[in-house]
Amino acid sequence: MAFVHSLNLVPRVLKGEVNAVARLLTRAEAGSHECRPALDEIFRRAGRAHIIGITGVPGSGKSTLVARLVAAIRQTGRRVGIVAIDPSSPFSGGAILGDRIRMGAIAADPGVYVRSMATRGALGGLARGTLEAIDVLDAAGYEMVIIETVGVGQDEVEVARATHTTVVVSAPGLGDDIQAIKAGILEIADIHVVSKCDRSDADKTVADLKNMLSMGLASARGSWQVPVVPTSAARDEGVAELVAAIDRHWTFLREGNRLEERRRLINERRLLKAGEEILRDQFVRQRNGQVLKLLEQLQARTLSPRTAAERLLQDIHPGDAP
Amino acid sequence: MENDGALGDRALPPARKENIPMTTESKVIRVLVAKVGLDGHDRGVKIVARTLRDAGMEVIYTGLHRTPEEVVDAAVQEDVDVIGISILSGAHMTVFPRLLKLLDERGAKDIMVVGGGVIPDDEVIQLKNLGVKEIMLQDTPPDSIVAMIRRIVVERGPR
Ligand code: B12
Ligand SMILES: Nc1nc2c(ncn2[C@@H]2O[C@H](COP(=O)(O)OP(=O)(O)OP(=O)(O)O)[C@@H](O)[C@H]2O)c(=O)[nH]1
Repeated sequence: MAFVHSLNLVPRVLKGEVNAVARLLTRAEAGSHECRPALDEIFRRAGRAHIIGITGVPGSGKSTLVARLVAAIRQTGRRVGIVAIDPSSPFSGGAILGDRIRMGAIAADPGVYVRSMATRGALGGLARGTLEAIDVLDAAGYEMVIIETVGVGQDEVEVARATHTTVVVSAPGLGDDIQAIKAGILEIADIHVVSKCDRSDADKTVADLKNMLSMGLASARGSWQVPVVPTSAARDEGVAELVAAIDRHWTFLREGNRLEERRRLINERRLLKAGEEILRDQFVRQRNGQVLKLLEQLQARTLSPRTAAERLLQDIHPGDAP
Repeated sequence: MENDGALGDRALPPARKENIPMTTESKVIRVLVAKVGLDGHDRGVKIVARTLRDAGMEVIYTGLHRTPEEVVDAAVQEDVDVIGISILSGAHMTVFPRLLKLLDERGAKDIMVVGGGVIPDDEVIQLKNLGVKEIMLQDTPPDSIVAMIRRIVVERGPR
């Protein structure tokens, strides 16, 4: 099959053609230079979708919840794009992406697009290329884009700076009373979900969370009252309430200039992140050959790591095309 | 994933790869491994998934009891290089031709299909003639599965 240039994929992506969306996502994820102009064009065309992040510690029930949530959203007729993120192995760089196991029937729905992504070395719960993937799905006409983060259980603030509505999932009986506090993800929630509410200890988790919110431990979200939504996949409860809460938050954002503010935060983050990536990119590309030399001096302790790093950076020219 | 049993980390994977690039362009091989129909034999597929992961590939595992339609839909959305079907139920002569036909219909013939499990030799030949790229049966050393996938992806070329 002949190579199709990314710019030629764009019109097909805008029409929502699945094969074209899939291929552009692959190239965006690979950081391919060839697809940059196409992604620029996509960025111009995006900006309609409601972007929702779902995060929480491993085993809290995110995948199960996303499957139910998407099924419920589909009842309202909206098309949904999902990016499900799992960690890459730091050893091999490979990954087993298993989120589809729990997706069941929704994966067969033509109004649903599911893409599994491996973190590929990125930290903070998102994968490399996730932000571009959001643009592509948005431009392809998916009205809602759901990002299921890798459940690292800490430092998942990244998702809050990539999405309009952040849902934090906690489950009863996963050790700590409220794992969210320990993980530092309480503050980023626009909506809290307590999953597995078929379990008897769930009431306590709900009560603890509400307590915490009333004490103001969850930082200010303006005049938005952060709801706590109990759900149970086993009993098929709470998902309609969650859809309602998500929609209410979207309405809230679209009043006044709140959505603009949120978008500004996201864009600022993306700008700085892209800058860092370019620097790191050049660093990786250009440092080769230099490291060994400096390493010898470190070994001999004639140079400190800090000074050696400065030398390494002196030779890097971020403007250079690769 | 953890909860799905034997796919989680058991043994320590091979030595840490030097400099996994964080931002430079990366071409990672993506493989969807699947079980189709009522076939519950999942030891082989889990070994294959872990082996490919440990060789640096991204493996999408869809779990048991998928239909060929579901497998092809998933493969197209995930834009995998290869679909790997593990089949020990005897249904291979219906499953593989169906998969190939669906891929054709979806304009996704550049996704290659390989298989393994329990398949009689003469039917292996028939399936390959139909367009299944490679079939590897019991006692295949994991390394040769890795080598085979890498080879067919290289042979296909960039897309
Ligand atoms: C263990 C086993 C079971 C276990 C399965 C446990 C499990 N969770 O997997 C249990 C006891 C549950 C079981 C049940 C049954 N089994 Co059974 N089972 C076996 C047995 C003995 C070994 C299979 C195995 O695990 N091998 C080890 C793994 C690692 O090897 P593998 O799967 O072949 O994978 C290797 C290669 O094939 C290759 N490979 C595999 N997949 C892929 C994919 C790709 C892409 C690639 C490249 C390579 C590749 O790589 C792997 C590593 O080398 C086989 C006999 C045999 N010789 O295969 C019968 C066998 C498969 N079972 C058989 C039968 C009939 C059944 C039952 C119907 C029995 C019954 N009447 O109830 C049930 C059906 C269950 C079901 N729901 O499907 C028959 C199938 C006959 C057929 N195909 O015509 C076999 C062949 C036995 C026989 N000789 O009759 N079984
Ligand atoms: N009792 C009960 N169990 C649930 C519920 N939802 C999920 N589970 C179980 O909780 C476990 C984890 O569910 P997942 O959906 O895989 O959780 P996850 O947060 O996506 O997990 P990771 O992918 O490991 O991060 C599974 O065994 C589910 O069956 C629920 O509502 N009630």
